[in-house]
Amino acid sequence: MTCEELLRLINELVDGELDLNLAECQEFAEHLAKCNPCQVVVDNIRQTIQLYRAGEPFPLPREFQARLLASLRRRWQERFARESESSSQASGS
Amino acid sequence: MDSRTGETLGAKPIAAGSDEVADLVARARSGDFEAFQEIVLRYQSRIYTFARRLLGNDADAEDVTQETFLALLEHLDQYRGEGPLLSWLLRIAANEVHRLWRRQNRQVAQADATEEEDSISQLPRPEFIAPWRDDPQQLLLRRETATLLDQALAELPEKYRAVFVLRDIEGFSTEQTAEMLGLSVANVKVRLLRARLMLREKLTRYFGDPDQRVSPDHPHT
Ligand SMILES: [Zn+2]
Repeated sequence: MTCEELLRLINELVDGELDLNLAECQEFAEHLAKCNPCQVVVDNIRQTIQLYRAGEPFPLPREFQARLLASLRRRWQERFARESESSSQASGS
Repeated sequence: MDSRTGETLGAKPIAAGSDEVADLVARARSGDFEAFQEIVLRYQSRIYTFARRLLGNDADAEDVTQETFLALLEHLDQYRGEGPLLSWLLRIAANEVHRLWRRQNRQVAQADATEEEDSISQLPRPEFIAPWRDDPQQLLLRRETATLLDQALAELPEKYRAVFVLRDIEGFSTEQTAEMLGLSVANVKVRLLRARLMLREKLTRYFGDPDQRVSPDHPHT
């Protein structure tokens, strides 16, 4: 197996989708055991994913926060006004 | 309050805090705006960040965030509590993003039949190969790390970024990602591989130890 061929299987390796009984996977393990650049690349990719998964979300821009809640409150009032209107019509006079 | 409590792993189901969320949803359904607002405050930064990463600009990310919570407001009754509320919200947000891309005629959402073969034969070759000076836990403690991560992600072409955000950041499966972006599973896999390789390259230039750099052409014994 060449470095290039190993590169194409990195998703499966990193996502734990390699079936270790396959001959191809043995080749894969053998290559990895003696190819330092490929080992480092695989480690780097694992660390890259780990960093992004653990990263914190950004806070909302302050001005948008206020606008968002105001628009939701407005729609909420419309919605419940609509519902109480239709339920009062349903229970009708 | 901390809007991230108990939901830091995105689409992966998390037991902690889910009863609390179910209770908030039930109260919101019966007309309690305070409970609804609490849901918004809890998830807004996750949704906003998701949209901001996919779209790359504030105005569109704000629109998508607003549309997502308006949809929650209108469809509170349809949320059955089967999966985590966050996954449900992310799916709505992904739909909104998709709609925006279609309206702007962006290529992100277009599957490419030749893509699989083409890009597999020309994967970006790793160039800067070096172990990192610090492990991810140490890096996360530094304030500049978040900026570097966002910058590297923002530099990726949109179609690769979208797949990386859904698969690796939000934790959706390959199949779910394909469905959300309207792509084939094969397209998602190739795009994910390219995204990972490109981000690895960029991050290793920041975090790699130049003294331990190895050559990609290192001969095999
Ligand atoms: Zn190799």
